[in-house]
Amino acid sequence: MQTSGSTKGKSKPSNLIPGATGDWEVVIGMEVHAQVASHAKLFSGASTEFGGSPNSHVSLVDAAMPGMLPVINEECVAQAVRTGLGLNAAINLTSVFDRKNYFYPDLPQGYQISQYKQPIVGEGVVEIDVDGELMKVGIERLHLEQDAGKSIHDQHPDYTYVDLNRSGVALMEIVSKPDLRSSKQAQAYVSKLRSILRYLGTCDGDMEKGNLRADVNVSVRKPGEPLGTRCEIKNVNSIRFIGQAVEVEARRQIDIIEEGGKIDQETRLFDSAKGETRSMRSKEEAHDYRYFPDPDLLPLEMTQGYVDGLKKALPELPDEKRTRFVKQYGLSAYDADVLVAERENAEFFETVAKGRDGKTAANWVINDLFGRLNKEGKEIAASPVSAAQLGAILDLIANNTISGKIAKDLFEIVWSEGGDPADIVDKRGMKQVTDTGAIEKVVDEIIAANPKQVEQIKANPKTMGWFVGQVMKLSGGKANPAAVNDVLRRKLGI
Amino acid sequence: MTDLTRLTLAEARDGLTKKQFTSTELTLAFLTAIEKGNATLNAYVLPVPEHALAQAKTSDSRLAKGDARPLEGLPLGIKDLFATKGIRTTACSTILDDFKPTYESTVTQNLWDAGAVMLGKLNCDEFAMGSSNETSAFGPVVNPWRRNGKDGKPSTDRLVPGGSSGGSSAAVSANLCLAATATDTGGSIRQPAALTGTVGIKPTYGRCSRWGTVAFASSLDQAGPIAKTVRDSAIMLRHMSSHDLKDSTSVDTPVPDYEAELGRGIKGLRVGVPREYRVEGMSAEIDALWQKGIAWLKAAGATIHDISLPHTKYALPAYYIVAPAECSSNLARYDGVRYGLRVPGKDLTETYENTRAAGFGKEVKRRILIGTYVLSAGYYDAYYIKAQKVRTLIKRDFDEAWEKVDVVLTPTTPSPAFAAGEKSGDPLAMYLEDIFTVTVNMAGLPGISVPAGLSSQGTPLGLQLIGKPFDEGTLLRASQAIEDAAGRFPVPTRWWES
Repeated sequence: MQTSGSTKGKSKPSNLIPGATGDWEVVIGMEVHAQVASHAKLFSGASTEFGGSPNSHVSLVDAAMPGMLPVINEECVAQAVRTGLGLNAAINLTSVFDRKNYFYPDLPQGYQISQYKQPIVGEGVVEIDVDGELMKVGIERLHLEQDAGKSIHDQHPDYTYVDLNRSGVALMEIVSKPDLRSSKQAQAYVSKLRSILRYLGTCDGDMEKGNLRADVNVSVRKPGEPLGTRCEIKNVNSIRFIGQAVEVEARRQIDIIEEGGKIDQETRLFDSAKGETRSMRSKEEAHDYRYFPDPDLLPLEMTQGYVDGLKKALPELPDEKRTRFVKQYGLSAYDADVLVAERENAEFFETVAKGRDGKTAANWVINDLFGRLNKEGKEIAASPVSAAQLGAILDLIANNTISGKIAKDLFEIVWSEGGDPADIVDKRGMKQVTDTGAIEKVVDEIIAANPKQVEQIKANPKTMGWFVGQVMKLSGGKANPAAVNDVLRRKLGI
Repeated sequence: MTDLTRLTLAEARDGLTKKQFTSTELTLAFLTAIEKGNATLNAYVLPVPEHALAQAKTSDSRLAKGDARPLEGLPLGIKDLFATKGIRTTACSTILDDFKPTYESTVTQNLWDAGAVMLGKLNCDEFAMGSSNETSAFGPVVNPWRRNGKDGKPSTDRLVPGGSSGGSSAAVSANLCLAATATDTGGSIRQPAALTGTVGIKPTYGRCSRWGTVAFASSLDQAGPIAKTVRDSAIMLRHMSSHDLKDSTSVDTPVPDYEAELGRGIKGLRVGVPREYRVEGMSAEIDALWQKGIAWLKAAGATIHDISLPHTKYALPAYYIVAPAECSSNLARYDGVRYGLRVPGKDLTETYENTRAAGFGKEVKRRILIGTYVLSAGYYDAYYIKAQKVRTLIKRDFDEAWEKVDVVLTPTTPSPAFAAGEKSGDPLAMYLEDIFTVTVNMAGLPGISVPAGLSSQGTPLGLQLIGKPFDEGTLLRASQAIEDAAGRFPVPTRWWES
């Protein structure tokens, strides 16, 4: 929820949106729903596995049979605490589960168990990088709640079917402060949040499966003025759509205000096909959820020792890793950022860089490997070239077995055919020729066959390049360039 | 042969052990009594004779092998609020239709694990909401007790057996089972026990698991037994209680052998008498009964102390906020979507409306409406939050009392059993039935009702003892002293048998 009256954060002029009456500033707050990575649901032992046949992961508790009671899944609590710690947030040692009451067929209990007044995690902060500029985004809170089931309307002309597989799955609702000032910042925030969650292993961040989705609160104002009336865009499920939704919603609001209208506080849906937001329900139609503490559950109490234990076991997070990469491997901030965005990528890089030159490793991982993976739409996990193979290629360059140019060919071979790079170089005769005798033989042949060029070079030593080219051509690119230069200078007397 | 149904649970247990009769004989005696009497009393909504005889057979073979469990072969009645696997469970509401659970409640499972036999499911107020067993979808239960008539013959007025566990109290009192399970949210074990001359104990909140028991108000609901004697109550409570990981409010504390504690007497026990329970309009005979109880306990070696529980008067109004609030949410799951009754409408909303309009009775609807109201935006702080504060104050009253006394003695009800229809048109009069009992639920404490005498009309009256958390042992011991002094109160005749 967006707190009113906050004027924190100042937009760069480039973030402002021009209107007929001048520039406008967009103010964005996010409520991100992240499915907790856990084997069992928040209050039952049923599986959380995706893709089961309808109603195959439903316990008596999830189906709200008479007399069933919720029992908290400790792993979900630990995941929420880890996430809170990853967001540099205050952990509330006592938190309370409340019931949010409303009727819907995919909500078997007739209420969702959530946390209302006392969430498990309080205020925190996430640092984002937008076009090289760092900014801090405030976290308002994080709470645990149950997901609902799914109503399926397209299976029968007269009936709606209900699938309760998701019913009771644990979600973390992560609420930001209204600190974001552009669609780019909103996208960067969700990307960063997703990266942190994936590092922590507390949410797989799979937006396609709906395991991470965002409610985006958007309002507009003239810079320096109090906050405008906000609209909440529900369930936006990709980073690209988040950007689009913010843009079109801000434009819609600006147009209304500039035409003399006013914004109604309401919940809206983003239609990605039409590129517009549509009203879902107004403030007047909003439910009265009749929140009250769930009497089936005692307040959730943790000791500081428990939290400290989880903290100690946290993995290195993207920000720390980036700082370390810059320091340890001498990488640029940009390269480090690219490498740390996904934990798997960073791990791949570190395996390649181990005992080798960090910068070279980073260049190869980012330019050659990521470039190729992107082109083929592959994830790092599915990379045909392993970290060990790429490392072996780098070793062959470093010990002068192959040249940088040959290395690119070798990479292609390993990519499409696999195999041990050193073996391939051996078997296919790709080794660099540093044997001066062999090079001298080639040079002698060239000098003998091209008297005209030999005359020319005496007058213009710059034509040396032509001779180097000839030698490389005859040696199949395997001759060591430095050795070639030496022999040529000696033989040609320049 | 003696009438086996007149035996107490402890006597029947000893008789089985001594092989004086078999569980099958015992069970058949009860099934016959049910067959003869249930048409009039309506205590059972579903007798399960075949199930009972099968269990009895198993028990007999274990008894024969000398492999008897603590409740081996003892026939019980089960309030229809407890889920019984494969056996219709309705909470005596139309909305559950012919719902057959695929699971067994923890409390009943504990009893079956101890070897008990189930005779059938007992009537109760719909969703345990009521004090007279008149709100049941299966019709009212009749109290086996009758008033004295003018001509010296018993009156033909049908009296209520109390509620909500009216089927349990009537069945125990009429010897239609050895003992029964019951539940108590605001007095639903103790008040019906008082009105039928039986013993009813509501243990400390968290002593019995709530898993598999249809919920009314989660923070107040607690299961307990209704039985013929204090000893029987002690035996039953031990085998209903357990720590249950499936109920987060269940408490992990050992279950003592309550029966073994009974013989220890009450010398030096400090008994508190709260002045706030001397409510306006309390009848002289209730007051006299109370004084008698004080005298008995004193005679048995207890010391009597005047105490104050200053927030008592707020307990009933606060209870009628908390209980309906929780019920309004707990009963939301009965929506016609997954099980039970469904009355289709033209759209989803109408289906909800039709289903819940047809499925819930008047009293349940009234409480859902009250609960929805007190939780609504703008009213929540004024009602629900305030009621919770009252609850804290009531608990504090008792905490202070426990510094001076070990148990508290009060009447169980403000009046003896009333006639059917006498209060059902006046919800407030009905709610006042709980005036002495609700504080115990609000504070989460154990409370017991013990028969202590007869009213001028010849119907039973009960005294209530309230104890410290998880001190049911002391409570039962003090109750034994009252029972020893007052004697037992069996129903004079089996007038209901056809």
